[in-house]
Amino acid sequence: MTPVAERADVDVLRRTWGSKPGLIGWLSSTHHQQIGRRYICTAFIFLLIGGVEALLMRLQLAKPENTFLTAVRYNQIFTLHGTTMMFLFAVPVMEGMGIYLVPLMVGTRNVAFPRLNAFGYWMYLAGGLFLYGCAFFNMIPDAGWFAYPPLSGPQFSPGKGVDVWAQMITFTEISALCVAVELVVTILKMRAPGMSLNRMPMFCWSMLVQSFMIIFAMPAVMIASTVFLLNDRTLGTHFVNPAEGGDPLLYQHVFWFFGHPEVYIIFLPALGMVSSIVETFTRRKIFGYPALVLSLVGNGFIAFGLWVHHMFATGLPQIGEAYFTAASMMIAITSGVQIFCWLATLWSGRLKGTAAVHFVFGFIFIFVMGGMTGVMLASIPLDLQGHDTFFVVAHFHYVLIGGALFPLFGGFHYWFPKFTGRRMDEALGKLSFWILFIGFNVTFFPMHWLGMIGMPRRVYTYIAGRGWENANVIATVGAFVILIGGLVFIANALRSLSVGAKAGNDPWEASTLEWEAESPPAPYNFPNLPVVTSRTPLWTPESERAIVVGLREDRREILITNVLEAAPHHRSVQPRSSLWPMLTALGLAIGLAGSIFAFYWYYVASVLGMIGLIGWFWPERPIEVDP
Amino acid sequence: MNQSMWHASGSNALEVRELAVFFGLLLGAIFLVVIGIALLSLTRRHRGIQQEPLEGSHVPSFETESRLRIVVSVATALTVLILLGLTVVSVSVGRTVSASTAPPGSLPIEVTGAQWWWKIRYTNDDPRRIFATANEIHIPVGRPVAIRGGSDDVIHSFWVPSLQGKRDLIPGHTTVEWLQADKPGEYRGQCAEFCGLQHAHMAFWVVAETPDQFNAWFDHQLQPAAEPADDQTKRGQDIFLKSGCVLCHAIRGTNAGAQIGPDLTHFGGRKTIAAGTLPNTKGNLAGWIADPQNIKPGTHMATVPIQPAEMQPLIDYLESLK
Repeated sequence: MTPVAERADVDVLRRTWGSKPGLIGWLSSTHHQQIGRRYICTAFIFLLIGGVEALLMRLQLAKPENTFLTAVRYNQIFTLHGTTMMFLFAVPVMEGMGIYLVPLMVGTRNVAFPRLNAFGYWMYLAGGLFLYGCAFFNMIPDAGWFAYPPLSGPQFSPGKGVDVWAQMITFTEISALCVAVELVVTILKMRAPGMSLNRMPMFCWSMLVQSFMIIFAMPAVMIASTVFLLNDRTLGTHFVNPAEGGDPLLYQHVFWFFGHPEVYIIFLPALGMVSSIVETFTRRKIFGYPALVLSLVGNGFIAFGLWVHHMFATGLPQIGEAYFTAASMMIAITSGVQIFCWLATLWSGRLKGTAAVHFVFGFIFIFVMGGMTGVMLASIPLDLQGHDTFFVVAHFHYVLIGGALFPLFGGFHYWFPKFTGRRMDEALGKLSFWILFIGFNVTFFPMHWLGMIGMPRRVYTYIAGRGWENANVIATVGAFVILIGGLVFIANALRSLSVGAKAGNDPWEASTLEWEAESPPAPYNFPNLPVVTSRTPLWTPESERAIVVGLREDRREILITNVLEAAPHHRSVQPRSSLWPMLTALGLAIGLAGSIFAFYWYYVASVLGMIGLIGWFWPERPIEVDP
Repeated sequence: MNQSMWHASGSNALEVRELAVFFGLLLGAIFLVVIGIALLSLTRRHRGIQQEPLEGSHVPSFETESRLRIVVSVATALTVLILLGLTVVSVSVGRTVSASTAPPGSLPIEVTGAQWWWKIRYTNDDPRRIFATANEIHIPVGRPVAIRGGSDDVIHSFWVPSLQGKRDLIPGHTTVEWLQADKPGEYRGQCAEFCGLQHAHMAFWVVAETPDQFNAWFDHQLQPAAEPADDQTKRGQDIFLKSGCVLCHAIRGTNAGAQIGPDLTHFGGRKTIAAGTLPNTKGNLAGWIADPQNIKPGTHMATVPIQPAEMQPLIDYLESLK
């Protein structure tokens, strides 16, 4: 044990790292816990909105030639559903989990660039409000969440809906890039001393790979949606206008160069969550750590090599077809290795069947099935039948809901005590799992069949007598079962906020550093930063643990360590909390939103953004509190 | 069920169906094995599912870890081999059935997607044997058909599940696929790429006939439209030619020659109207002409003012264009 004299003064630390009270304090917070919580809560609200949109679609498709929704509304709703789930829920919620958990897991006090972090959140919120705010003025995109030109171009999608969509992507791109940069630097340079790369928790590995993927993928969608589409629509360029020598296929290539990695950007953090849950509840170190890490990295690389399988129906030269078939199949190898490693861990562990573990088993079932249909769709002859039908709809809901949402819900049960200090109710958690699991399969399994018997996706209705009626009714019933499961989940979370059992620091006796912090963690995360001597620091005997001393407590000092070994390198001081990131985001948001109406708003964006950045970077002394 | 990959006709669709069964059974079996192992891990005796509080962590024995390492390695190797096999099978099937080059001697047909109907053009080396029709493709059984696809507006996708997978129709590009029906029948196709408001109502029929029937149909299509046989249809023709209909539609043999909407020369012989939306009956046709926006909201078919008294002659005339 460390002598008491070297223990930190937590009162001073609390004043140093805490946010100011009141609205201004709330708006100017740059702390990773608060920003992470905001991401997660905002994203869950968008999940609800996207879910309601899904229910509306299922109601419309419940019977042939239904008139519950008009064609216009249906097309708007499926566009909003996809856009919301991909850009406003799935990516941000994973980023939120990363922002909250990574600094705790690597044993530091905050993310690397706290103001950038706050800025990223405000941009994301602005993007979401922009999309749904414009919906109230009936400026609703209706060209699908990948908005293929020429349909999304100025000729075939007049009005402002698609402009709103394309500009909303700009907001979420900026936000995602901010988070990616912070997390890469936090993970590579701010790990606790001794946490060499090979001792890093799997979740941090997954966030690291995901962040690098964001850095390489997001610029592609920026080129597709902003440079090509928005400029074609608002400035009269002809990047993708076939009538003027542009090429609509160029858009598809660039979009899917982002769009396929996007799936893995959503899904890799979920794999990290599964690893955390499996390790904790099997009571053993995860099996095959090096294989899991290499598979993650492999996923990250291969994900960039298979975008063309979204475009098989456009007709490719045969050599290209063979290449992209092989690449698409290859991703099943790395995913398979991960599944095998978890199975091996489960096999040799002493499993405790918590709600989180239930969600992990749901994940294995659903995700593996989605992987199997994915292998089918990698085969070109099969893809040409399944593509753009409900078979594909079933496939990607299996991989995205199974691959990302179930682990996320499991992770939510798992880390809820850390977020709130209270545990979620296990029985209600398991109940919500079973309802969601059954509802999910009832909804989406029949869609495989629907696609094979000819029902294309994105149809607002279908004529009677095609044999599609029964499967559609079943799917609609299932969608409402999912709704019930979701409500049980929400009720459980809200109820547990006030009446959940007190958790203590480490309710699961887990292995990673976030469980050493208080629940919920104090603003400084750890009184003294920990020193790490193994991959499972909290399973190391107390006598072998050490702490860092010598960081100033009256300033926001953090420890910078080197990339490979996490050997201490130097101390760095983080900036004060500030309103400027929020104001910069506000200024940019006003300018970017206006720019879809008139060009001069780009100047407004530049000027306001510049003013914001001047305030942001105005030299100031770091915060110093009286000891 | 005439729009289904299971209701297959022709070597292409049959091979794809076989491939689907093969993939489905193999991958389904693998899925069951994986899930079986996951569930079996729950029944392992040394694990107390309700243990509370949690005991400390444990380190599995060296033997267990080595065994697991071998099993995981073998499983990974098997995964690689199986995927390799599937890739080879898939690519070799794809070389023939999804090829962009049609076999020699195929019947060339141009399909042009438009919001929200299909322009069909039978091409030929002899310019006198070229004609246009819409939303219905007749093909002879046993002869490969080469589909050259294009689009006049947005991206569509040509798809007849019973005969072949889909091929996108992309403005500024020409895409090619070939299909073949082995038994006479009617196969439904539908646009598969979201193409706007009425994507849901953009269907067509492929009618596979014996070569004799097909040749008769083909020769008939080359003929101009039948002259009105009686006063009623004569009056209908006058109404058609004097109304706004001629701004978009062509009827060969009359002065109507516009190419914007479907060619109506042999309209009465088609199965459906409005691209597979309604069966081709006089009642439906009257409803469609009177208020197209009610039947297919957003359609580019104009609402042409037709007096009630003129409707009956008009539809009688159009339906007489067999």
